[in-house]
Amino acid sequence: MGIAFTVNGATRTVDVPETTSLLEALRNHLGLMGTRYGCGLEQCGACTVLVDGEPVFACTRETGTVAGRSVTTIEGLGTPDKLHPLQQAFLDEQAGQCGYCLSGIILSAKALLDSNPKPSRAQIVEALDRHLCRCGTHQRIIRAVERATPMIQKGVA
Amino acid sequence: MNAPNLPTSLVDNPRLDRWIHFNPDRTVRVASGKVEIGQGVVTALSQIAADELDVPLDRVHLLSGDTDHGPDEMYTTSSLSIQMSGSSIRLVCAEVRAKALDRAALRLNCSPDDLTVVDGQFLQNGEATGQDYWTVAGEIDFSQAPTGAGKLKKADAYKIVGKDVPRFDLPAKITGAAYVHDVLPSDVLHARTLRQPNPGATLATLDEAAIKRAAKGELQIVREANFVAFVSPVESVAQAAAAAAPAHARWDNLRQLTPAHQEAAWLKGQPAEDRQIGAPPRTSPPKNLAQITVSRPYIAHASMGPSCALAEFRDGRLTVQSHGQGMHPLRKNLAAALKLPIEAITAKHLHGPGCYGHNGADDAALDAALVAMRIPGHTIRLQWRREEEFGFEPVGPAMLVTLHVDLDDKGRPADWTTEIWSATHVQRPGSGSGYLLATEALSDPPPEVKPTDPTEQRGGGGTRNAVPLYDVPSHRILHHLVQRGPVRTSALRGLGALPNVYAIEMMMDELAARVGEDPVAYRLSILSEPRARRVVERIAAMSDWKARGPAGAGKGLGMAFARYKNMAAYCAVAAAVTVDEIVRVDRVWCVADAGLIVNPNGARNQLEGGIVQALSWTLKEQVRFNDHGIASLDWDGYPILRFSEVPEIEAELVDGAGNPTLGVGECSCGPTAAAVGNAVARALGVRIHDMPLTRDRILRALS
Repeated sequence: MGIAFTVNGATRTVDVPETTSLLEALRNHLGLMGTRYGCGLEQCGACTVLVDGEPVFACTRETGTVAGRSVTTIEGLGTPDKLHPLQQAFLDEQAGQCGYCLSGIILSAKALLDSNPKPSRAQIVEALDRHLCRCGTHQRIIRAVERATPMIQKGVA
Repeated sequence: MNAPNLPTSLVDNPRLDRWIHFNPDRTVRVASGKVEIGQGVVTALSQIAADELDVPLDRVHLLSGDTDHGPDEMYTTSSLSIQMSGSSIRLVCAEVRAKALDRAALRLNCSPDDLTVVDGQFLQNGEATGQDYWTVAGEIDFSQAPTGAGKLKKADAYKIVGKDVPRFDLPAKITGAAYVHDVLPSDVLHARTLRQPNPGATLATLDEAAIKRAAKGELQIVREANFVAFVSPVESVAQAAAAAAPAHARWDNLRQLTPAHQEAAWLKGQPAEDRQIGAPPRTSPPKNLAQITVSRPYIAHASMGPSCALAEFRDGRLTVQSHGQGMHPLRKNLAAALKLPIEAITAKHLHGPGCYGHNGADDAALDAALVAMRIPGHTIRLQWRREEEFGFEPVGPAMLVTLHVDLDDKGRPADWTTEIWSATHVQRPGSGSGYLLATEALSDPPPEVKPTDPTEQRGGGGTRNAVPLYDVPSHRILHHLVQRGPVRTSALRGLGALPNVYAIEMMMDELAARVGEDPVAYRLSILSEPRARRVVERIAAMSDWKARGPAGAGKGLGMAFARYKNMAAYCAVAAAVTVDEIVRVDRVWCVADAGLIVNPNGARNQLEGGIVQALSWTLKEQVRFNDHGIASLDWDGYPILRFSEVPEIEAELVDGAGNPTLGVGECSCGPTAAAVGNAVARALGVRIHDMPLTRDRILRALS
């Protein structure tokens, strides 16, 4: 029984109905609290995770649809002691205030850099435009993604 | 004896151990009643403490928002945290440092003046003595009241204050669990509410069976008069119940609103408390009168995360964890609402999504507590829904501001009247007319109390920044505090400063145009204060003001200035816009004088955030009403500025050393709105007085 999928590289099984949101499965059943509830309506991007490398809204995504697939949450990037270059770049730029939007934004940025290692500023903006930030740290966030690009290319990841 | 001018926070919390405690692990706990709301206050206060004590930053643990151990400093508001809490912490640390050196000197048989402090160690002639804060802390009486007598370091001796120390709270926020929302103990029960649509509405029928069918799982319904909560061990079950509930509830005594209620113009003529402040009424008729009326609609705080709180009632004690802006006030308000002794309640602050003022955070704490009291022995995690946050948080009040400026024969203001219509700007629970939301739904709702606004000494509410800082010989305010707004209103970042600065700075450009002068030069001709002049001159240089293009060409550069509350940071902003049916802000420059800066990067972050939020308010935002309440309940109904709409921003702080630190969280908002308003006027050749500057308003202005 249960729905099996890969989470941050490890196979996990959750015993929830197929219609349970991926957000609830990750947070309440797998203890991965870095994925945030913002609106439940695919409007703000706070809940963004990667499914097979693509950004998806975990708030409306049914857990049954990710069976056998690979999910990446913010916990899959790095820890405070061993940060992913993107996370490091966000700290270097102090790209955040309340921080509530950031895990979703960082994952969208990761998907962008994985498919396009040298994005233009316009491409970064386009990739992040599905995300809202209320504190107004947008320019710092864009700079952080720009800063992470060479770090990732150098293979720091 | 207390030293003169002891900060209020120290008078209110007269024990050193409320502020500072040396832990056995050779760290020092420094406490503040102010809380982290994404503004970096925990880091900045730690910098202040580390410098004054001469201990490394990593040995300072800042405890914030803890009713058991920390001081009561009311709410985290009005850009006052560094001024209030910072100055208190500085005095406490200086005093404790002196006391500790006195004790060490006794042990070492020397004079305290022979000792220096390096990394928390006490040195004599540069040599280790084996003494430090932790060896002597046990000999200091921390139950004493702070006297303010400690000798403060001079600003040029700071080593950590003034540095770009990275925020302590960010690493957790970008790697995993970080917020009150993320605390999920194994015994947790998830709760959602059905909200009373308005105070006085009564729940006539509730089809609990239908709601339970829709919930599809184990569900408890907690009902107390007109307060209803759905509780389940499974979060989606509680959520499904709450989503289904409105269709199965029938309410009586619903308020009736019309489309007119959502506009600022509605305020005029409503029953109001009228005050006149400042110069006496005019007796002579005006000679050369300039007038404008500007407005701002109701604005949502629109936090990225709906409010959430945890509550547990066990063995007669209630523990609440909340992301509200003041834990001591919350504790008092919970005690009153729940009729519990205050000593039976602990309130602790945990991180939350940014609030930008009084949103649903405190209300969610009472909601959680009400459920916890009915289901003792469990942690109740009560999460507001998105539509609940938009629909039931207090909103920033709409405002209408009219200026009547009589000019002298040189076209300078001789007599100035500012007339303001607004509902109250502060209904924080426990202050004025504010209550925790759910108290209105209980069987004995609190009495309706006459609304008040913050006093002018505290910066005012609707009158905030109503007095121009320019040289105006005679100024008066006519303030109409509208008694009953159509919806609950309370503090939003900057209170009345945004519309008041918008009005003043639009007027400045109009007055300059009347006499055919450049707007910057005109302002400087009536601006004596040197620190104000400095930021205005600097913004002109930063934005290359001299190269400003012609009027009416679809592109415009505008500027504006204000000193927040006329007693906090000085801030000037310039904005470059392109207008083609909609306003596109291409670039923003900002310069602020906030005195001694504790953390320059953090301060710039606050200036930038204030700019982006004010751009969003100015260009896009308006809370909309339907028949019974707020109708803009999601991000489609309440759009905010997006990545693709945010301009490049250049924010600069002038060297403010030698002047006391002034808060920066709110100072850039008013000047930003006004700079955009002036830039749009330059681009179009016509002025738009009503915010937001939407496509409809632009087309109407052009037709």
